[in-house]
Amino acid sequence: MSTILSLPDQSTASLPKVSYLNKEYGLKSWLLTQDHKRIAILYLIAITFFFFVGGAMAALIRLELLTPQTDLLAADTYNKVFSAHGIIMVFFFLVPVAPAVLGNFLIPLMIGARDVAFPKINLLSWYLFVSGGCIELTMMVFGGVDTGWTFTTPLSTHYLNTNVVAAAMGIFVAGFSSILTGLNFLVTIHRMRAPGMTWFRLPLFIWSYYATSFIFVLATPVIAIALVLVVLERIIGIGVFDPAKGGDPLLFQHLFWFYSHPAVYVMILPGMGVISEVVACFCRKRVFGYTAVAFSSVAIGVFSFFVWAHHMFIMGISSYSALVFSLMTMLVAVPSAIKIFNWSATMYKGSITFDTPMLYTLGFIGLFTIGGLTGVFLASMGMDIHLTETYFVVAHFHFVMVGGMVTAFMAGLHFWWPKITGRMYPESMGRIAAVILFTGFNLTFFPQFILGYLGMPRRYAAYPPEFQVLNVFSSAGATVLAVGYLLPLLYLTWSLKYGKIAGANPWQAAGLEWEIQSPPLTENFPVTPIVTHEAYDYEWLASKKGSEVPTVG
Amino acid sequence: MHSISPVLWQFLIKWLTNFAIFPPEASTIAPYADALYFFLILISLVGLIAVVAMVVTFAIRYRQEKNPVPTPIEGSTLLEATWTIIPLILFMVCFVWGALLYFRIYSPPPNAMNIYVVGKQWMWKAEHPGGQHEINALHIPVGRPIQLTLISQDVFHSFSVPAFRVKREVIPGRYTTVWFEATTPGVYHLFCTQYCGTLHSDMIGWIYAMSPQDYQAWEAGSTSGNSLAQSGERLFAALGCNSCHNSGPNAHGPNLANVFGSHLQLKNGQFVTVDDAFLRDTILNPTLHEVAGYAPIMPTYQGQVSEEGLIDLVEYIKRLDSQYRIEQTIENSAAQPVQTGTAPAETSAPALAPGTVKQ
Repeated sequence: MSTILSLPDQSTASLPKVSYLNKEYGLKSWLLTQDHKRIAILYLIAITFFFFVGGAMAALIRLELLTPQTDLLAADTYNKVFSAHGIIMVFFFLVPVAPAVLGNFLIPLMIGARDVAFPKINLLSWYLFVSGGCIELTMMVFGGVDTGWTFTTPLSTHYLNTNVVAAAMGIFVAGFSSILTGLNFLVTIHRMRAPGMTWFRLPLFIWSYYATSFIFVLATPVIAIALVLVVLERIIGIGVFDPAKGGDPLLFQHLFWFYSHPAVYVMILPGMGVISEVVACFCRKRVFGYTAVAFSSVAIGVFSFFVWAHHMFIMGISSYSALVFSLMTMLVAVPSAIKIFNWSATMYKGSITFDTPMLYTLGFIGLFTIGGLTGVFLASMGMDIHLTETYFVVAHFHFVMVGGMVTAFMAGLHFWWPKITGRMYPESMGRIAAVILFTGFNLTFFPQFILGYLGMPRRYAAYPPEFQVLNVFSSAGATVLAVGYLLPLLYLTWSLKYGKIAGANPWQAAGLEWEIQSPPLTENFPVTPIVTHEAYDYEWLASKKGSEVPTVG
Repeated sequence: MHSISPVLWQFLIKWLTNFAIFPPEASTIAPYADALYFFLILISLVGLIAVVAMVVTFAIRYRQEKNPVPTPIEGSTLLEATWTIIPLILFMVCFVWGALLYFRIYSPPPNAMNIYVVGKQWMWKAEHPGGQHEINALHIPVGRPIQLTLISQDVFHSFSVPAFRVKREVIPGRYTTVWFEATTPGVYHLFCTQYCGTLHSDMIGWIYAMSPQDYQAWEAGSTSGNSLAQSGERLFAALGCNSCHNSGPNAHGPNLANVFGSHLQLKNGQFVTVDDAFLRDTILNPTLHEVAGYAPIMPTYQGQVSEEGLIDLVEYIKRLDSQYRIEQTIENSAAQPVQTGTAPAETSAPALAPGTVKQ
């Protein structure tokens, strides 16, 4: 058996003459495309834009919190800024980023399909997403909204004069993009797998996107309903959430979290899929315990629907329902722990290299472990009383979402960048950025756990002076973190023109997407592939090394 | 020191002298909460160290230079079971421990002294039964369980005292309760932790935990002169409640003496226990719970009584423990001193007692 797999000599690799990128030219060929890969690029551009808008808001928040007084932003401006940060980052970055960019690009490639099941609906999803985003941005230009991303009633329905209706409608419209994307993926995964691609030969990436898609389809309608009710309450006063009319203000939070808790799994599950792919490739091994990882994705997807009221332990819900929700929340932590251990065990007796995607993956494992374990603090009912609505929750959420999801997305983006663009990013810059990001992230968010236990409430524009030191640490970390996000933006853009030519399979990775040229043809596979081996079969790949991977063009 | 700018120097000094890292433990609950916190930190550290140790060891031992040929491994059911069951057991311990703590925090002892707190944009109003009214402050004695009955006049707020490790959402249209027993005299932060609009971060105050002597002195010196029950009595007359609820032979409404804590049968056959929430609901929305044996003729008082007024009424009805008090109400004037003025706890005890007995 062959020994080490070295990267192909990239000086001899050349860009294929025809690919999805140069088949057609012109703005129209992009804006009316039905190619899943081009739609993924459209999403990537839109989402990157929203990420940096949301990031600018985060920068303002951290600047304001440098001092205990409201000296940079007035209280109402601060409220609008953190609301904008939350709304943009959750609904226009975290929820769509991994499914819409990586999922759109990779799902058909990984299962050996030519496109998603409904290419036109796929394009429609992008337009819905962009329309929702434009509504949101217009709303912000015309005064913004200060509900927070949670739209808590009756504050949002009766007590604010800001653009609540527009904000809710923007999310409503973008929600349909999620539903349609989820539907598209479900049908694609069910119906369009290549011959021989059985369920247990699917990459784990597909399993986690499958679970994500289910949540999209089942949970998103609920927030759509909840937000429509908020709008109706504001416009015609239907009173569903108004105690004076016999409504229940807590009902909104039940509906909101019935979506928004599964939604955090929408945000993290795709990240888990990415990590499985990257770990396997850079350890040159099958993922340890494939079935356990696959079924833990499904388990997370199912359990995620039965934990929502853990956001409401202190809100006077029945103690017995609180017990059930606490128990379910503890149970949902188990599949996440299983995944963490399986990824770590994959490294055992591997042959590990530490390129940028792997560095991000290692960062992910550490940060997600902290994020997950602090979730257990919050699931523990008595502890939650002290910690909920404080910076502990903020820190926990950011560890899971930014430390987990965004790190995983960065891993995925770097890993598949050569496949998407046909060119490599500069490796040393990538490693530096990964380390900066990890350092900055910890410096930003770790002090917030301590602040949370001290009792500092979230969403405070001003705070008692004894909390300042930790806040200054956090703000200092945020500047480092900002560098960690700006660097990839710069060098990835640079690499579009100047990056080394990648070749079909620069990582010598297993998986159908690596068997075709980079960047792929519009129709992906010139001949429908027939799958004869399971995912991550690096032994098979090693034996196949001698024969050239076919390239067209 | 010349190289450090004086501004920066001042900053450092200020920081070092005013830098919190752990909140004070000032209630009977706090040590229990902290014990669970340290346990959770412990298992988190164990978990984190286990994962980091695995990752770092493997990263060093199986790096490509050292281990060029990977060994294919399918997986291991035994290991899979191990790292399913061990976290599961640990999480179950956290669940049980957390649940026990939850019930400890949210089950007030029967002898707790009740204080009402109304949250509104953006202030806290505390109403002591003895007629002391405070804004953004709450004076309490140490060594005595205090129960707060909380309600919001507008949006959701949340009453949080980090030093006591307690927090409770303050909800519009619904009473919630929380209790604590302060152990150390001192001044502690009170925060609103539920985002409630523009000046959310100004909805803060102080809890003054005082020794019993200091508290008595404060109590005597700060009363408005009318206990809540006395204010409620006046409101009861002013709103004309006593024209029906007068226990006379031709009364249209039920006699309210001893009604607090009793079991009532509703028209739909259900039984309810009369508590603060039931009284508040029936004043605002009388048709919500129609009591068997009475025609639904009571008008709604929605929009006519403030939350503070409702608290006064509830407090008054709570203390109606004899026929005599109602008859007095009819011709009552403010001149009559009632025994509830100075020592609220003594009078609240008999009012609560029948309720607890009947249950």
